[in-house]
Amino acid sequence: MILDALFLQLGYNATLVTIGAMLLGMAAGVGGTFLFLRKRALVSDAISHATLPGVGLAFMVMVALGGEGRNLIGLLAGAAVSAGVGLLIVNWLSTRTRLAEDAAIGAVLSVFFGFGIVLLTVIQSMNAGRQAGLEGFLLGSTAGMLRSDALIIAVSAAFTLVLVMLLRRPLTLASFDPEYAAASGQNVVRTDLAMMGLVLAVTVVGLKIVGLILIVALLIIPPVTARFWTERTDHVVLISGAVGGTAAYVGASISAALPDMPTGPIIVLVGFALFLISLLLAPKRGVLAAYLGHRRFQRRVHLRQGLLALAQGQPIYERLTLRLLRRAGWARRDGVATAEGRGRAGRALLDETRWQLIRRDPSFEAAAAHYDGLTPIERVLTPDQIAEIDARIPAPKEVTT
Amino acid sequence: MTLQLATKDGSDAGTEVGRDAPLQIKGMTVSYGQKPAVFSVDMTVPAGAMTAIIGPNGAGKSTLLKAALGILKPLAGQTLVFGRTLAESRDRIAYVPQRASVDWDFPTRVIDVVLMGLYPKLGLLGRVRASHRAAATACLSRVGMEDFATRQIGQLSGGQQQRVFLARALAQDADLYLLDEPFAGVDAATEKAIIAVLKALRDAGKTVVAVHHDLSTVPEYFDRVFLINTRKVAEGPVEEAFTIENLQAAYGGRLATAQVDQLNGTLG
Repeated sequence: MILDALFLQLGYNATLVTIGAMLLGMAAGVGGTFLFLRKRALVSDAISHATLPGVGLAFMVMVALGGEGRNLIGLLAGAAVSAGVGLLIVNWLSTRTRLAEDAAIGAVLSVFFGFGIVLLTVIQSMNAGRQAGLEGFLLGSTAGMLRSDALIIAVSAAFTLVLVMLLRRPLTLASFDPEYAAASGQNVVRTDLAMMGLVLAVTVVGLKIVGLILIVALLIIPPVTARFWTERTDHVVLISGAVGGTAAYVGASISAALPDMPTGPIIVLVGFALFLISLLLAPKRGVLAAYLGHRRFQRRVHLRQGLLALAQGQPIYERLTLRLLRRAGWARRDGVATAEGRGRAGRALLDETRWQLIRRDPSFEAAAAHYDGLTPIERVLTPDQIAEIDARIPAPKEVTT
Repeated sequence: MTLQLATKDGSDAGTEVGRDAPLQIKGMTVSYGQKPAVFSVDMTVPAGAMTAIIGPNGAGKSTLLKAALGILKPLAGQTLVFGRTLAESRDRIAYVPQRASVDWDFPTRVIDVVLMGLYPKLGLLGRVRASHRAAATACLSRVGMEDFATRQIGQLSGGQQQRVFLARALAQDADLYLLDEPFAGVDAATEKAIIAVLKALRDAGKTVVAVHHDLSTVPEYFDRVFLINTRKVAEGPVEEAFTIENLQAAYGGRLATAQVDQLNGTLG
């Protein structure tokens, strides 16, 4: 059943939802990246909660004008306006008053959301409101999604992607080094507004599928996940889009295949699974890689220290050092070096002596910067340079084998 | 507004160096809340010189620089760069912010940071070509960092990070270089490398202005000083303006006797 869903074999409506969700996921992942890099991820939570009063008011206005209250474009337009007002209030509070941004976010989020809930309750009591299904905007509801709805989502997602493509340089600069950006004539305030506009667009479009409470997860989880895999801004953007698209596609498929599974929450859980995999398994920044890297480094340090101790005839007290030396076949159980161990110890000492010489000599400053106690000096100096260093070793250390 | 309070040199901005000075700041006032950090400061930087902005902590050195560049919005004041407004001369200015002002765990590599210096030339969508990469790499070699091009910036030492920032400014190929505390927290080798690059820039006719905090190296590194303590205290060539009297006027009691003695030695 889930496989059918993944291959879009569950009929017209489910296919529509799945593709719409995937586009939304990509747009959210890409749009959320700069929010994350700018360290303003939580602003999106204020934006999303601030949509609710707009939805309620738009419904009331449309009904009052004698129209169909459930018109999606009308509802989303209302959501966009009230989210925009919420965003401007957060900005105003955090730049013009003594309130910090987190406090401003908390205030706007709760007040707008509370007002929205009041409006929804009022709508429930209206004649036209009973079947409005506006509470679907809280957690998303894909039942009865129309072709036109999917089209709106697709167009907005494409628009978001193009905008990020256009603005990637100013966005990168404003996220990394806003002062430098301002000094080179960039209007950072306007860049920030454009970024927030992007997020606002994604949020409003995502209301139908994911709902306002969970949309923040689609904006934050993908970039955080992508960050584990790369050290480049442009790659974070691309991977984040892919993660968001995948999570939404798989999540929407699962919820279409299994009865009574809510789309938005499942999408978020799939995204979280991708995050967890990255957290644990990413090649450089992952937890496992960090642990293994630390262990490997620790072994190399112990071996090096052990060899230096052997070369200088010092006893070895650390059990880990001795065990590693023995396992390498460089020392015996009682801590005495083997023939191979003596040779390696002599070379280690010579290497260390050379390093200490160049670290004291300013003319080798660039090379000496590579010193970490482990890298052989042959890797940073030419044989000629090493010969020059060796000439300075006072009494050549003869390695007796 | 030209308040000429307490300026100890008598040089009058505008006549001595002409209207097209690389950097001319007039009546600059910046305040955080109700407390002015910089008050009605005039500054004129002549071409082809290295100028140090010095003063005690909290004297408004960095603030003056940021306000002059429009990074901070001043309460009052005006900046002219080569006789033109800031907006008209952005491509002639290169700014090196304080190293601590950015997050070094940002996902970007050394070469990408230097390429940021070329963004104005690349525009929004211009492709980064091999020639741009070569230019960026050349700037890295000028600061001795070409071996680090593909490292993530967080793996660098403080001194190396500062050199990357300088390389980005070099990539802009500007005429006026403004540096905020370029020697703060860097190793001695980096300090030497940076000063060599800056002197080379000056010898090529460029203008360098740096916020500086180490009084003992001022005569060795710089041609001119600008002393500030919220207001301008003095401005001029090192021989004339970098005097014990001016320093005491700027630093007040904060200049320890030991430092004065040491500076007496430096100043001869």
